[in-house]
Parts: sequence; C-alpha cells; structure tokens
Amino acid sequence: MTPRNTSQTKNFIYSLPKNIFSGFVVSLIALPLGLGLAIASDAPPISGIIAAVVGGIVVSILGGSNVTVTGPGNGLVIVLLGAITTLANGDLYQGYLFTLAAIVFSGILMLLLGFLKMGKLADFFPASAIEGMLAAIGLGILAKQFHIMIGHNNEHGSILSLLLQIPTGIMELLNSNNNAEHIAGGIGILSLLIMIYYSKIRNRYFQLIPAPMWILILTVGFSYILVPLNVPYPLKASFLVNIPNNVFSSLAFPDFSLVLKKEFLIVVFAITLISSIESLLSIKAVDKLDPENRRSNVNKDLKALGLATIASGLLGGLNVVTVIARSSVNVNNGATNRSSNLFHSLFLVLFVLLFQEQLRKIPLAALAAILVFTGYKLATPKNFRKIAKIGKEQIAIFLTTLITTLLTNLITGISAGILITILIHILINKSFGLFFSHLFKPNVLLFKEHIGGSYYVSVKYFCSFLNFYKLKYKLDMIPESEDVILDLSMCSFVDHTVMEGLANYADTFAGKGGSLEIIGLDKHEADSKHPFAIRKILPFRALKPIERYFTKRQNQLKATAKEYHWGYIPKKSTDTLFLEHFVFFKTRKINYSYNHLSDPNGIFNVFDVEFTEGEFIAKEVVKTTIVHVHLQNTIPIFSLDREGLLHFVYHLAGFEDMHIENHPDFNRRFYLSGEDIPALEGLFTDELILFFESNPYYHVESNGTTLLIQKKERLLSVQEIKAMIYFAQQLIHVLQPFEVEV
Amino acid sequence: MNDGHQSFKKILFGFAFSPKLKINLLETTRIAHLFNATLILIHVGERTKEKEDEIHSLLKEIEPSGLSIEIQWKDGKPIKTIRQACVDFKIDLLILGALQHENMYRFYVGSIARKLTRQVSCSVLLLIRPSEIRVACNHLVVNGLNAPNTSKTIASAFYVANTLGAKQITIVEEILNKEIHVAVEDDRSLKKASIIKERLKHREESRVRKIVSALPKIFTQSIKIKNQSIFGKRGYSIGHYAEVVRADLLVMNAPSKSSVFNRIFPHDIEYILSDLPTDLLIIRSQP
Repeated sequence: MTPRNTSQTKNFIYSLPKNIFSGFVVSLIALPLGLGLAIASDAPPISGIIAAVVGGIVVSILGGSNVTVTGPGNGLVIVLLGAITTLANGDLYQGYLFTLAAIVFSGILMLLLGFLKMGKLADFFPASAIEGMLAAIGLGILAKQFHIMIGHNNEHGSILSLLLQIPTGIMELLNSNNNAEHIAGGIGILSLLIMIYYSKIRNRYFQLIPAPMWILILTVGFSYILVPLNVPYPLKASFLVNIPNNVFSSLAFPDFSLVLKKEFLIVVFAITLISSIESLLSIKAVDKLDPENRRSNVNKDLKALGLATIASGLLGGLNVVTVIARSSVNVNNGATNRSSNLFHSLFLVLFVLLFQEQLRKIPLAALAAILVFTGYKLATPKNFRKIAKIGKEQIAIFLTTLITTLLTNLITGISAGILITILIHILINKSFGLFFSHLFKPNVLLFKEHIGGSYYVSVKYFCSFLNFYKLKYKLDMIPESEDVILDLSMCSFVDHTVMEGLANYADTFAGKGGSLEIIGLDKHEADSKHPFAIRKILPFRALKPIERYFTKRQNQLKATAKEYHWGYIPKKSTDTLFLEHFVFFKTRKINYSYNHLSDPNGIFNVFDVEFTEGEFIAKEVVKTTIVHVHLQNTIPIFSLDREGLLHFVYHLAGFEDMHIENHPDFNRRFYLSGEDIPALEGLFTDELILFFESNPYYHVESNGTTLLIQKKERLLSVQEIKAMIYFAQQLIHVLQPFEVEV
Repeated sequence: MNDGHQSFKKILFGFAFSPKLKINLLETTRIAHLFNATLILIHVGERTKEKEDEIHSLLKEIEPSGLSIEIQWKDGKPIKTIRQACVDFKIDLLILGALQHENMYRFYVGSIARKLTRQVSCSVLLLIRPSEIRVACNHLVVNGLNAPNTSKTIASAFYVANTLGAKQITIVEEILNKEIHVAVEDDRSLKKASIIKERLKHREESRVRKIVSALPKIFTQSIKIKNQSIFGKRGYSIGHYAEVVRADLLVMNAPSKSSVFNRIFPHDIEYILSDLPTDLLIIRSQP
C-alpha cells in the first residue's frame, strides 16, 4: 500500500466512530420518515424502509458524493400515490406491484442518465418553477395526511378537494362519537405540536433524540402504559402501522405485465424526472454543507442511485433518492464520509429486526403528523414571500407551476412552469430573437489572464435557465481556490435562476479560498432590490438613478467605504472635466463617472468611468475603474506604462520616451515618457524605481497636480480596487519626501 | 507553400451607390495607400453617365494623390461576377463592407459579403465600421490554430501589423476541450484536468513561439507579442476574445472547406461571420 493510501485508511478508521454516531441519529429520523412516506404513497410501510436500507448500502459503496443520505424521498409521494391508486384501477396492492415495476424501470433510466453524464439535468429548470412544484408536492402531502392525522383514514379525492375538506374534517372530529377517532386525532395533534415546538425547546438531553423519534417513543410508550392498567389498547389495527410478521419472507415482487402501456410509461417518466431532480438538487445543496468543501461526482451518484432504485424495486421498496433533510442532519452530527449512510441503513435493519412488535404499535396518526409538518415546510407561505420579494414575474411562474400541478399532474405542472418562464422572458425583453437566435450558439468565453493569473469569464447575448449549463460547464472547470471575474456586461439579460446559481458558486469559491465576483451588471435594470432579481440591460437611459437597485459589487463598494471610513456616492456624475487634462483622456470622450469612493480629505478618489473611443460607427463604449489622487505639490508631468498594458500612443501628445540611467531592468519593463526630462530624472529616485519594480503593474499618469492610476480597460472587482487603493497610498508615501523638498 | 507572408499588391473593392459609399471609399483608398497597392473598384450593375460622374467626382474629392485606381463596370450576378473578377485580375485582397450582426432585416446585404467570403480564392477583409477619419489600428488578434496555413496567417498578420503601425499582436491558441480527455466531475478529475490543461497550454504556446521565431526579425521587433490560450469552442472563443479585448482587427485562417453542412452546424469561422466582433481579415493562400 502506498503511504497515501495508508494515511487514508487511518483517517477512515479514525473517523469511524463519528460516522457511526451520525448514521445512528439519521436512522432515528429515517425510520419514522420511511414508514410515513410509504404510507403516504399508499404503499406497504415496510417499502420505505427497504428503500432506505438498499439505498444506504448501494450508494455508500458506489456513490460519488460524500455526506449525503439516501432513501425514500418526499418529492415522489404524489407521483407514487397516483400510480399506486390508478394503475390497477383502485386495487392498491396490485397497483403497488405495477408501480414496483415502474420503479425498476426508472432505476434503469437513472443509471442511463448517469452514464450519459446528465448530471446537469437539474440545470434546465427555472428556480421558481421548481419552488412551485415543491410547494405543490408539499400541499399534496399535507392535504392527504391531515385527514389521517385527525383519525379519518378513508378520505380520497384530488389534492384540492382534500384541502377543502379539512375544515369539515375538524368539525366532524369534534362532533363524532367514535372514541378511536378521538384518540387517534389527539395523538396526531399532539405529535404535530411536538414537531412544531421541538426546535424551541432548548434542552441538551431532549435534543439528543430527533422529534420524529420522540413521537414514536411517546406513542408506542403510551400503549405500554395501558398494559399494566389492564385497559385494552383503544386503537384497532386499521389505525396502526401494518408490518408483516416476517419481513424477509413476505417481500413483494414487481409485476411487469403493464410494461408497454402508456399510463405505465408516463409513471416511469414522472418518477425518473422527479427523483433525478430531487437527488441532484439535494446533492448540490449538501455539497455546500460539507465541512470539507468536497465536490460530489453527480454522475457517479446518479448511477449508484439508479442501481439502488433497481434493487429496491425488485425487493418491493420505493425509489432511492438523495434526501436533503436527512443529509443535513447527517452533516450536523459530524459525518465525514459515505460510511455514515451505510451505518444508517444497518441501524434501520437492526430496528426492524429488534422492534417489530413495537413498530406495529405506531399509530398512523402520529406518522401523519410528521408528514403534515414535512408537507407544510415544503409549502410554507415563507417560501412564497421569499419568491415574491425577488420579483413579480417570479410569482407568476411559481403560481402557474403550483396551480397547474394541483389541477393536473407534476409533469404538466413543471412544463407549464417552463413555458411561462420562457414567455415572461420574451415579454420582458420584447424580443423573441434574443433567445432563439442565440440559444444553441456558444456564449461563454473563459481564459486565464496573464497579469495576475485570475480567470476571466465573459458571457454574451443572454444567460437564463435555458443556457446556464454552458456557463456552469466553464465555471466547473476552474479550481475553486482561484479568483474568478465574471463579466456580464455583454450579456443583455440575466434571469433569476442564473443569479441564484451564481450566488451559490460565489459561496463555493469563497469556501475554498477563491473568489467569484460579478462585474458589468451596473447598467442592468432590476425590478426589485433582491440580489437574485432578473436583470436586463438598459438601452438608452443613461442617467437613470442607479442607487435604487444596488448590485452586489455596489454593496461591497459601500461596505469597503465604510471599512475605510470613506464616502461612497454611487450616483452618476457628468462632471468629469478634471479628467480631461490627462493624456489618456485627450482622445476619449468621458460620458460620466459613477460608484465614487473618496477619503475624508478628498485626496484619494476611486470611481468607475464610462468613456467612448472614436466617433459614429467606430464608437466604442468602455468602462474602467480609476484612482485619482490630488497631490499637495506639483510634480513633473509624466506617464508610466508597462508596454502593452494599455497601448496608447503618447507621442501624439509631444511626450518623449526616456530611460533612467543604471536601471536597465526598470527601462526594460516600463515605458516612461514625459515632457521635462531633467525634472523627471530628479523625480525618479532609486527608491521610487524600486517601488515600481517591486509592486504590481499599474498605469500611472501625472498631469502635474493630480495622479491617475488604473489597471485594466475594464471594471475592477472590489478585491482589485482595494489592492489599487493600497498601491496609490504607498506611492504617495514614496512621492511625499520629494514634495517636501520642493 | 512558403512560410512567408502574403503581400497585398492588388486590392479589389466592390461598390454600390449607397449613402455609405464615400466612407467606404475613404477607408479603402487609405488601406490601398498603406499597402502601396493598386486599387480596383468594381461595380456590378448598369453603367450610366450619372453614376460615372458621381464616382469620379467622389474620387477626385477624396483621392488627390497618385494612387493607381481602376474602375470596372460589370453586368451579372454580384457574387459570381466578383468571384470571377478576383481570378481575372489576380487580386490579392478583396475588401467588403459588412454589417456587424446578421439578423433578419440585414440578412440580404450581409449575406452577399459572407457568401463571397466563403467562395472567393483570395484573402478577404471585412470592414464592420469604416470611418471617415482614420482610426488607428493598435491591436491585432490572430489565430494560432494547429493547422498547415497558420504559419502563413501569422506571418501575414505581422506584415499587416507593421503596415498599419499596430503596437500589439495577440496570438490566440484555441484548444478543444475534448483534447483534455478528462471529464471534470469531482475534485480529483478537476485536478487532473488542470494539469493536462497546463501541459496543453505549454505545448501550444511553444508551437506558436516557434512560428514567430522563424519570422524575420524586422517583422517582430517593434511589436509586442502576446500568447493567449483559450479552452473552448474553436472559432467562437477567438471572436469573443477579440471583442472582450477590443481588438481592432482579427486575422484568421481561411476555412479549409465550407459546405451547407457546416452552415447548418456552424463551426470555426462561421461563428465569427454570423456575429462579427471586429474587422476581420481572412488569409487565403492562392492556388
């Protein structure tokens, strides 16, 4: 074994106790959730446990992610419920067997997706449409489970009709004479209260056991209290979880006789779609939680999930997906690798084998309460408010998806969400061509800048959920420890999905020591103050107040100003006459300056300027960030450039090149020109030359009383601005002694 | 084939009587002057007295000095006629005015220029923004593809840069992502891909450096040379790059072949033609 491998093994063994522990805690949640999700889908309760056990074993061995937990997912409840209740025309058990076949097929499809490297599948959906879909799933779970929670086991109907029946259900419970219903309802409501108030109770020992497990312990414990009192258990079997006497001998096997029917194929398609999206979104979300900031191999994970789903389906279990809630519990309890997922499934096996008798005493109402809470969390009004803040159009997308899903099915719902998003984008831009003539063209440029070595990414045309994968592909190629500057100034439209995705990238880069900064959005118009709002370029309204909707860069500039105790004025100013004395601006027409930072004495000023080069058809608009420094005393006029950094012809201004004696290195690297050569020789002391040689390159120009410093012919990121301010301050320190002498 | 550059001694410009005629003529005569070349102006269409008077008076106004200018009047289909004229007059460089974006309204005008670009046998200069006053050409971007024509294209770029007085040439090596052979899926494959990318970059840069060092010193000494390797779609990345660095002229190899198939599935130069980032010079070696 190589030394690296031995140290890896050592690490693995060392971290084993932690992973066993977190696997144990996760299994405490996975047990009630597994049972509950299966019951919510009208499948035998044990099928949820089978999915968790098989998923944990297969994915922990073959998967490509690190701290995820796999098992039955709540996103699938609605699809599975629909399949089980309809495939065999209401015969639930037969429907379940047909659905198992569909699960096996969807596993095969997921395996294929993995081999086809379709891990980017989740990128093709607008963020708000996915939110709408999740809300619909949440409402679906809540609508059905609420009735079970209050002891009404036999309510059926569409999601909407079930929701509308909730008030009458409560009335019926209050007026009913059925004792069992009262007890079940009481248990259900008590369990719901535990779910809601669990996080509010601050007791270390109480918090050791997760809320769903408390519910199981309390409700099962309740039945044991009754035994010594000689009171018969008030709930009949129909109110309790049904677990077969011998789990291993009573496994169900799929029935493949419907394979080529249309309804069957639609179910396969829906299951695959939802389980892939749920898994991919969860994997991405868990990667952000991973304390070691590892990147998951999503394609490998898809393959493992597909295989696990096939195995689970063949053994009578539900789909295996990556689940976010259980995964985050896993991370919070100190999991470091996939072994915790394996231990979670081993503990589940242990529970089922040891506590079969106790599991049969779990009231359905208790499990339903857990699910009502889960459903509510998916469909909470908070989510709706969050989306409403981003912009009006996001509400339209969200509601369209939500309502269509509730009225029809998930596939139609998500398709409607995509369509409305495209439609809204076309309407906002008043352009169909922007999207459809550029949709299949490449639009992203990535290169490593020679100076500074940071990565520069530029996006053209538009960037929305339709082509975000192209940008993501490029961003994924950059190690997260590097600095990235993402220029969106050539991109006339950026949508919410992209803004949110980019914020995630920025987090990931920051987590691994790099950075990702977005520039070039200052001229885009946003509809709300939310950082993820859609942004569209403003064509001709040059002087619109820009401080209304700050970009992230502007917020950071503001923070920087505060940090330095400087002033910050984001407003555009057309008073740029003072710049025209510089040779650089002789041939350039300045439109305005904006994002103005200045120190309290007004000596150092940093701002972005927009200027144009050329006239008429040859006109080009350029934006750049510059530092402007007021000097106390006059110094000779000069311009210092690294050859080619900013390629300008100073000869036109009557400047002459000059070489400083005894500094060949300086002469080779810099390009110094000025009018008064002897005075310049006096200015460029050894100390000043050393300063320039030992600092990063900047273009420095003096017009006698002020200095102009700039780095690149583009806007600078906040990091770069800070470096430039530091450079300017140091330069003035070096120049100061000279001024005093004069 | 020699490694030397192509020199532009005979320049052809096809003109039409449009409001932009004067600006176009100013730009072309300026270029002809710089290259010290013979300029042939060709008009495809009817030859009338008024048209003749107009063009002559315009030329008198803008071109007082002794540039040798020939005016040809031809009948026929524009594309075919100009293509034939390039062969007949042994033209080195065809200058065309093009519009920056190819969209529905401008499609017809733009398409003539682009069709010609694909079909003629000589080098082509597509001007997207001719101007009345001279706009200095400071920065050239040239492709450094691993292709047989590249050394000639680079040599020609230096020839043009020296003639136009440009200060900088950036040679862009576009490297296909599939050359990396590793799909980035997780941390380990990313690390592997980064190492391979670095290696490919060195390989490409040293190949291009070899081409540059083979050029005569007099060509290269007064120009700052930069290498930039870009991983991405071939033909697309260089155009986007030229736009980002605001290059004044983009110099490209002529496409080896251009069929209907390539037009439907754009490749190499087609991306640039459909969305011209800057003035474009396509170097085509003569048969």
